[in-house]
Amino acid sequence: MILPLDDAVDELVRDGDVVALEGFTHLIPHAAGHELIRRGKRELTLVRMTPDVVYDQLVGMGCARKLVFSWGGNPGVGSLHRFRDAVEHGWPQPLELEEHSHAGMAAAYAAGASNLPFGVLRGYSGGDLPARTRVESVTCPFTGEELAAVPAIRPDVGVVHAQQADRHGNVQLWGILGVQKEVVLASARSIVTVEEIVNELKLRPGGAVLPSWVVGAVALAPSGAHPSYAHGYYERDNDFYVAWDAISRDRGRFREWMKRHVLDTADVEEYRASLAAEVTAA
Amino acid sequence: MNSNGYSADEMMAVEAARRLDNGTVCFVGIGLPSLAANLARRTHAPGCVLVYESGTIGAKPSQLPLSIGDGELAETADAVVSVPEMFAYWLQGRRIGVGFLGAAQIDRHGNLNSTVIGEYAAPNVRLPGGGGAPEIATSVENVFVMLRHSRRAFVPRLDFMTSVGDNVRVVVTDLAILEPRADELTLVAVHPGVAVDDVVAATGWELRVADGVHETAPPTGDELDALRALETKGSSAWQ
Repeated sequence: MILPLDDAVDELVRDGDVVALEGFTHLIPHAAGHELIRRGKRELTLVRMTPDVVYDQLVGMGCARKLVFSWGGNPGVGSLHRFRDAVEHGWPQPLELEEHSHAGMAAAYAAGASNLPFGVLRGYSGGDLPARTRVESVTCPFTGEELAAVPAIRPDVGVVHAQQADRHGNVQLWGILGVQKEVVLASARSIVTVEEIVNELKLRPGGAVLPSWVVGAVALAPSGAHPSYAHGYYERDNDFYVAWDAISRDRGRFREWMKRHVLDTADVEEYRASLAAEVTAA
Repeated sequence: MNSNGYSADEMMAVEAARRLDNGTVCFVGIGLPSLAANLARRTHAPGCVLVYESGTIGAKPSQLPLSIGDGELAETADAVVSVPEMFAYWLQGRRIGVGFLGAAQIDRHGNLNSTVIGEYAAPNVRLPGGGGAPEIATSVENVFVMLRHSRRAFVPRLDFMTSVGDNVRVVVTDLAILEPRADELTLVAVHPGVAVDDVVAATGWELRVADGVHETAPPTGDELDALRALETKGSSAWQ
């Protein structure tokens, strides 16, 4: 089902849902994150391995009650200031944390996609994390080995960005694939934003295809991964990640930026135009 | 930049690179480890295999990437795999020989903290968290730690133990080289111009000092040339 992004978000995401936006440095669904902010979604449990700038924005705008994650930083730059402010000072509201390792989250998504209640791995051994998160130990029935068990991730809504969909809503993504296939298959509902809608998908080496019948809604959002990148379409906007450090450091400057570029814009096209206008003015 | 014409970070990258062999399969994080591994590949170890946790195996970037998932890593990789496959088949499958870790704090056993400063439930500073570190620390036989030396970082007691030090083989700092001897990190070498006392003073526990501490060889001209060729406009961000 191909829908405008605002309709897809309205129809598929409810306040209080468990929502996972995935994309491991590549194809991060920023346009969809912005739409969650514009539609005023609240009390979400946000799930994401690497809650970078996209979740800094959602957390700072008060959309989240809880965060399930494994690494929360601005890649190559430093801290996520809105995430830190929420955890350290409860601003704009307290943020409950469920913290994992990457290996644990990956196993939990794969378990969710596989309709299993938990993922199993050799992990979480020795440190202080197990006392602070949902991990248990299980005994292998064959060898007697002790292994770590993490509860499957089964989001209400999984959200990813891809390069292409066809007119029937079949989706293809390629390049670094992250956990995008797993999150769509683990979720009860899903939204996929795409760079382009083509007549026919041409299969790519190393590509992943999501047939239309496992995807809830497809929405066209060219440049919808900015400031991350879409392999074959545009590169990562490294300068934006560096600039975000200063924008996000101050509560007032953050709010003003979000109002100007997200709340006061209607869609990804207007968002990009407002950023371009700012660069021209400067 | 010191009076010898290279920076402390460059000394760290060179010393870490020298420990990678041709053919070493190396799990690389962003920043100094990425610089070190790419330097090794461009100098004495062209067959060093760079694996980034984003799923790129055998990446050969021409410049230093800003993130572990930059497009150039995928374009130059021998294979690109999903994140669940990376952690299950390749890391847990013990296909990786060397893993690099950094942290905010380290203790005398090589245990690391990259999670919080202060109490977990009410931290003074919330750090990014473990990411790949907890399982890199236990699934890779040779863990190399890169960390700038200070009493804030080298602490008697971690605020939080993110990963365990059992497999730490070396700690490369901006002052010195530490290696585990009888389960405790021990000073084995100092960089040119650094005194043993400087390192002891920058360590928050009573640092064990090996007999016959030697001096690290300074970076060669070739090493510095290769290193500087890798640095990009984005690379200042790894400071």
